Formats: sequence, C-alpha cells, structure tokens
Amino acid sequence: MPDKKIRVLIAKPGLDGHDRGAKVIARVLRDAGMEVIYTGLRQTPEMIAEAALQEDVDVVGLSILSGAHNALIPQIIEKLRQNGQDDVMVFAGGIIPKTDIPALLSAGVKAVYGPGTSTQKVCEDIQAAFAS
Amino acid sequence: MTDIQQYLEKLRAGDKLALSRVLTHVENNTPEGIFALETLFPQTGRAHMIGITGSPGTGKSTLVNSLAMHLRKKPESPRIAIIAVDPSSPYSGGALLGDRVRMRDLHGDRGIFIRSMASRGALGGLSHRTAALAQVLDAAGFEIILIETVGAGQSEVEIASLAHTVIVVEAPGMGDEIQAIKAGILEIANILVVNKADRPGVENSTRALRAMLQMAHPGDYMPMARKHLFNALESPTTAPEQSQETEIWMPPVVQTIATEGNGLDELMQAIEDHLAYLKRGQGWAMRDKENLALEMEGLIREHLTQRWLAQMPEARLEEVMLALQQRKISPHQALEKLLTYN
Repeated sequence: MPDKKIRVLIAKPGLDGHDRGAKVIARVLRDAGMEVIYTGLRQTPEMIAEAALQEDVDVVGLSILSGAHNALIPQIIEKLRQNGQDDVMVFAGGIIPKTDIPALLSAGVKAVYGPGTSTQKVCEDIQAAFAS
Repeated sequence: MTDIQQYLEKLRAGDKLALSRVLTHVENNTPEGIFALETLFPQTGRAHMIGITGSPGTGKSTLVNSLAMHLRKKPESPRIAIIAVDPSSPYSGGALLGDRVRMRDLHGDRGIFIRSMASRGALGGLSHRTAALAQVLDAAGFEIILIETVGAGQSEVEIASLAHTVIVVEAPGMGDEIQAIKAGILEIANILVVNKADRPGVENSTRALRAMLQMAHPGDYMPMARKHLFNALESPTTAPEQSQETEIWMPPVVQTIATEGNGLDELMQAIEDHLAYLKRGQGWAMRDKENLALEMEGLIREHLTQRWLAQMPEARLEEVMLALQQRKISPHQALEKLLTYN
C-alpha cells in the first residue's frame, strides 16, 4: 500500500551558531507528521544541495541569522536547480530585514518567516502546497 | 511508468537524482517502486551489507562517518552507500532524522551516498522498506552498504536478517556481565565495538564482553537458526551443524574512539576478516538464502492480510469486534468466526 510522507530538509547555512529556531521548526514539522532531516550548523550551499538531492526532499527550510542571506540563499536555489530539483519548495526564516524579502522571493523563495510567525502557519503553508 | 523507466536508465549511468527518486518510490511502496525493484533485482546480491547497531548515544553515526572515510581510503576505494534509520513518532507519524549531523565529513565525496530513513512504525530497529532500499543501492553499484539502525535496546535484532556483517556498538558503562549474557542484541554481533574508549570504564566493558564470548560464542549459527515459514523446506543436510569441519567465527572486541579515528584500522581488519570468513564457507550464501526467505515471509504476511481484509465486510468485522469487547467471545473464538466467514 503506498505510503507517502512530506520530506523536509532543515538547514543552517552560514556561520552563525543560533539553531534554536531551526530546531523548533524541525520539531513542529515532525509533530505535523512530516519526515524532517536536520543537518546541523554551518552548512555550505554545496552541502545543503547535496543533502537535498540524496534525501529527495520536497521542501528545504533555511534558517539564517548571520545577515548573509542575500548571498547564500540564491546560491542554494541555483544549486538545487542545477541538480534538477526545480520543484523543491524553499522557505527561509531567521533575521531577514523586510527590505530584503522581495529580492529573495523573486530568487525563488516561497516564503520568508520572521520572528513571531506562528508555527501553525508554517505547517499549513507546506501542507497546502502538497495537498494533492 | 515512463518516468520510472527513465530514472532506472539514468540510475545505471550513475545519476544521483534518478537514484534518489527511485529510492523514494521504493520507500513509499508505489507501483513505480515495485516495478523498479522487479527490474533491478537481478543486479542485486553483490554488495557487502554491514549493519551498525547499539543503544542510543553510543556513537553509531560518528562511527559510520569515521568508518566510511577509512573505507574510502582503501586502494580499491569502494563506493559506499549509507542508510541511516531513525524512529518515527508513534503519534504523528513524523520523524526527526538527525544522523547526517554526525556525517558532515563525508560531504563532497562523490563515491558516498547517504540516505536517511524513518522507521515508519516498524519495531525491529529498521523500517519495513530498509531491505528494499538496500537492494536498489546494491543494484546501483555500491560495493559497501552501511546500515545504521535506530538506537536499539535489547531486542531490535532485525538487522541480523539484512546485513552480512553486524557490528554492535557499546560504550563504557553498558552494565555488568548479566547484561552481557542476556539474549538479544549481543547475540547477533559479528563484531563488537566498545566506542568512546577514552572514557572511564572501557576495560570493564571490554572484559564483560570478552567473558560473555568465552561462555559461548554465538558466532554465525544464530541467524541461520532463525525461525521462518520456510524452515519446513530445509533438508536435514543443510541444517547448521557444529561439526568439526565447521569453522566458527569468534566475534572480536574492538576498542574505538570514533571522533578521532582511533581503532578504525582494527575495525576495518575485523570487517575484512569476517567477509573472508563468510566467503570461505557457506556463510555468505546461507545468509543470502535466509534473508530472502525472511523477506518473502514479510511479503506473504502483508499481502495475505490485505487480501483477507479486502474481502471482509466491515459490518461483519464490527459485529465480531463488539462481541469481543463485551466479553461474549474470546479472541480465539473471534478469529474462528472471522476465518470461517464466506
């Protein structure tokens, strides 16, 4: 009998060591019935794309608090595309100024969840994207 | 089905995305996944499957990381696939798969492929689909497949019916000799590792394990003696006998510090010795036969149950369950009622 689960990679690109938010999101998605792969701190764009490829994830969540989001996130999306994973949904969280959000969205990020976002909303957005 | 055929062609050419997509289909047990397994099965049976099991926190993932790096440095630099299983939540069905956190040294090596897997309700330390995923990776040409189980307690011994070589990882402070002679996980070890050998108590743990082995060596006959549906087919001459010609494998106890790579050369030697031992005698072929028999048994159980449920009217099931709950009939009488229904 087919048994499909939404698979999510939660990754921390860049050099900040603050992974509380990433762990909270990982835990919330786990409790929403998803299979969450957590890769730990200080991941390069290459490492994140490689993990996404080997794990065949549906979603990549990027948590970044170092300020390097404008440099790193487009690189990660580019590498996912190079690997043929065009259909992966990418979302971001952490400390990302409002003025940077439009550029990230046009680079292919589906949503940016700042501090104060309800975890319920993150779950619902992902579930809605894979409702079919 | 056209997609899966393309994936299978690309998988043979070494395409990572194709391999990854096929693994997902197989894990999810889709019709495409079943087709992929049928197509790939003739190319399986070649990889050396090495199981790594032990209690949570003994350092299994770190040991896998270190072992994979050392194995890649061998002259023939074997291609290595890693399947890392973590538990699914019994409530939400979700899972947090965190084994990759300890395997970051393996990043960027194109000869290594890591796949995390949730146990999805299975209780034996693996997922019901782990064997099938291992078959795909075997057919894809990986010479060595390292399978890390969930953090196992005493009775998660499923890995013994999948791996050729089982490594049981302990850490200092595992308990006394009575723990060591209990039935279960220690019995399935072909190689025992005492990891974190820089911690106090390492000599006590090593001594307890050696003492356990000296009382009796479980060695290789345990997996062959496992009970399954096809035992009845065994001819008496193929039954394992402790005759004088039978070479007995004595599991070595290896001390390691996985974070620093200490003891890894000894561990690799023990793995090579065990592989040579399996190939010298009947070990490899017998394990293969046993493993296929157990896989068939699982499939038969799953499909007979589904087929039987499909032809059973729900109302009938409910009626019998109600009578059971009201203590009007016993579980055995309920079974009788359901099986005689037609």
